[in-house]
Amino acid sequence: MSGHVVVIGGGVTGLSTAWWLRREGVAVTLVERGIVGWEASGRNGGGATHAYSPLFREEQRLWPMMDELLGYPTEYQPQRIRIALDPAQLEQYWRVTNLAVQQGFRAEALDAHALKELVPWVPDSVAGGLLWHFGGHANPQRTVQAYAWAIEDLGGTILQHTAVTGFDLRGDKVVAVQTDQGPLGCDAVVIAAGPHTAQLAAMVGVTVPIAPARAEMIVTEPLPLIRHGGADGNGLYGRQTLRGNLAYGGGPHEWLELPDARTPKAVNSPVVRSLARRLHELFPKVAHARVIRSWAGVVENTPDGRPILDRLDAPANLVIATMSSVGFGLSPASGRAIMQLVTQGRCDFADLSQLTLSRFAGLPTDWQARNGWVPWSPDGAEGERGPARADAAGPLSASGQAQAHS
Amino acid sequence: MPRPIDRTSVAGKEFPATDHLQLVVLGAGPAGVAAAVEAARLGLRVMLVDEHPVASALMGIDVPWMFGERMTASVQNQPRMLERIVAARPELEQAFEVGVDVRLGVYVWAAFVTGPTSRALPCRMLALADETQSWLIGFDRLVVAAGARDLAVAFPGWDRPGVMGAQGFAAAIGLYGAFAGRRVVVLGAGVTGLRCVQQAREAGIEVAAVVDVAAAAHEEFATHGVTVHSGCAVRGVEGGAEVEGISIVPVGGGAAVTIACDTIVSALDTVPNVEMFDLLGCAMAFRPEWGGHVPVTDADGRCSVDGIYAAGDCAGIGDAEPRDPALAASSGREAARAAARDAGFAAPAPARTIRTHGGDREARRRHWLQVHAGPAAALTICRCEDVTLRDLLGVRPPRYLSYDDAKFAGRDVRTLAGDGPVNQDQVKRLTRAGMGPCQGRRCREQVQTLLAMQGNQPSGSVPMPSYRAPLRPLPLSVLSAHDESAALRANWTGWFGIAPQWLPHWEKVPENPEYWGGRIFLDAAK
Repeated sequence: MSGHVVVIGGGVTGLSTAWWLRREGVAVTLVERGIVGWEASGRNGGGATHAYSPLFREEQRLWPMMDELLGYPTEYQPQRIRIALDPAQLEQYWRVTNLAVQQGFRAEALDAHALKELVPWVPDSVAGGLLWHFGGHANPQRTVQAYAWAIEDLGGTILQHTAVTGFDLRGDKVVAVQTDQGPLGCDAVVIAAGPHTAQLAAMVGVTVPIAPARAEMIVTEPLPLIRHGGADGNGLYGRQTLRGNLAYGGGPHEWLELPDARTPKAVNSPVVRSLARRLHELFPKVAHARVIRSWAGVVENTPDGRPILDRLDAPANLVIATMSSVGFGLSPASGRAIMQLVTQGRCDFADLSQLTLSRFAGLPTDWQARNGWVPWSPDGAEGERGPARADAAGPLSASGQAQAHS
Repeated sequence: MPRPIDRTSVAGKEFPATDHLQLVVLGAGPAGVAAAVEAARLGLRVMLVDEHPVASALMGIDVPWMFGERMTASVQNQPRMLERIVAARPELEQAFEVGVDVRLGVYVWAAFVTGPTSRALPCRMLALADETQSWLIGFDRLVVAAGARDLAVAFPGWDRPGVMGAQGFAAAIGLYGAFAGRRVVVLGAGVTGLRCVQQAREAGIEVAAVVDVAAAAHEEFATHGVTVHSGCAVRGVEGGAEVEGISIVPVGGGAAVTIACDTIVSALDTVPNVEMFDLLGCAMAFRPEWGGHVPVTDADGRCSVDGIYAAGDCAGIGDAEPRDPALAASSGREAARAAARDAGFAAPAPARTIRTHGGDREARRRHWLQVHAGPAAALTICRCEDVTLRDLLGVRPPRYLSYDDAKFAGRDVRTLAGDGPVNQDQVKRLTRAGMGPCQGRRCREQVQTLLAMQGNQPSGSVPMPSYRAPLRPLPLSVLSAHDESAALRANWTGWFGIAPQWLPHWEKVPENPEYWGGRIFLDAAK
């Protein structure tokens, strides 16, 4: 294809899309409101193993080549281990495993002894585990920058600190993207702006049903490397990084409302103690490992939790791309799929028929509230709750001794 | 009709708190004790929390101060250290008398308040821990009196055991009475260095010399009869496993001089300890005349987040003013009065704090780094992650990775700056500088200065890298939520628990919309 493509969103999906477009020789400008990979794309578990996805095969094909293709290290490591502390967890992990086995990938069961050989930190009472000869993990922070540098190496343009303010339409096509730094003429547009995709799509009259939420992770100090760092279980996702840190997440998320185009700084919650508990249960032999960081990030989910990767009928040159909270690992494949949607209108290596926007045509407008996917506060109040005042109605504190100063 | 709730979310989850305080004071230095005593006298229910004595294992990685492995083995005896600290802080007696709930040897490692990304929290909470477990308390107001931290600046050999910071030195002599050295060289001929000399003299520790790259030294050194080597750079640290001396050389060139010593106290400056303010989301400003990033406050110490107050050195350190504990105590009392009035208690109006400003502290830090880091690309900047100056300014991947060096030939901090203002958190992600177990305590200020210098920018143009919980490195076994609510445990999912997300793509999403948000794996993930 000739012409100029504007990719909106410097998260991992937008970055991969722009990179694939440049690889095909397409002129591309990526517009990012802040810094590339800054939000959830650079802060996640780094997993690259999504057997339920139509992009799974391509994910598996591409990751082992990514360091070479990008020219910069991603810290990709192949293989995964799932650790089951009890038979119920083992059954759950078998279910996921079988999805991959059905698609021709190989996995082996590990008894407690074999598991301890590979992951010496597990409890003596461990039920067992699974070794996946597929999947893997990479370093999200390093990978997003690798994409960005690779785009620049191929002559693509990245505009950081640039916010999209509107779109110019002519007929059924977007002809320019308006930004706070001026207009960008375009022949095609990809909106891959994570939780902000809905707000941007609404500017061209397209409704994208997504709900933003906060999720969090903890990180320990480095430990000696185990053989396969991609070992998780007990309701946690995560990995031992190549540096040796344990980085794990999971557990309760919090549904949010994003009032404007800026992603607010995502804070951690007391859930970090529950993450520490689960990691302690999973790896009791390294109970001494010190937690040195926690993070949170904001991700978006569609009503069915599946991506929307769709080139629309109107505007006809617009592609909507949200990975529904699972974007990092699938990014090599999603970017290629989106590139094909832009350049040829269809993806020739994966069945994206389940990922159209039109599947939500009949969605009730209050779908978020119906699912409880809305901000929640104990008193139902909006806004921040400040500290109590002695002269305010109601009990001040557990002690109730508010007025002792008279 | 009840509101539908996503049971896999935090909505409705309880986080059990062991107590709820009207006021918590963080830090039992002069400012914190005065704040706690004043607030208790005004009728508030107050808890005063201080981390000392800290675990010797934390001292080993220079948390919270640069102890430089110069503490005697007595710090491993925590009960004894506790007695020692109570004795070293006689003003604590007052706090006990007025009924303050005093917790020593307790870390405050996180604060959780409601905000745009955290509305479901039942109340404002602080996360505490001792050496064996962690717990939560609810609070209405918080006076942060977290004091000052050591400023780490690189010079050849600064990463050797035996090189400590001014705060670590002061604590080793005073608070802990556990200093393992006998003869010190003090780096920094300003007020911080002067204080170290005074403390050393009072403790009967020999000061072999004071060294500074600056041409002029504080005039008071003369009254102490200590040798000051102005206009000198550190050439290296002498000795094998232990420091045996320091080699210095005139900045403009000349003969090197070796000074025998067993400890080097890096006392160029201290920085306000602002980690809790950042965690709470308080507005911050870079004020080099106050020692670095400080919380934005009103005259009474109120921060931008309601109910949070700053007192003492963490609110900003004036370089020109003497470190008078009475001044710190006065700022603590004022913060307590402001908190009491805000809580609806009758309290005297806080008296406006007069703070004197110092000179441009950042210029001194730059001078130090220019002299030492300028010619030494191999100088280690981040000790935990082994990041050299070359690695940092060249945004190189860490050593454990192999990479194509040619690819990075055209990439450095300056090219990164071409895409937008240099952001220290971004550089941290790429180089790992500041990502280690000391949580950036030994490099975050100098990385900020070096990045700004490289881009010919004022240091304030580099945004402050974020602080993350836990504010102290704490073991998994300690952080572990032993008191976790049953509902949280029962509804745990690895990732959202949206059923169709985990069904194979060839299976259609069930038609029933109520199935969205369902939890297929829940029963298995106990």
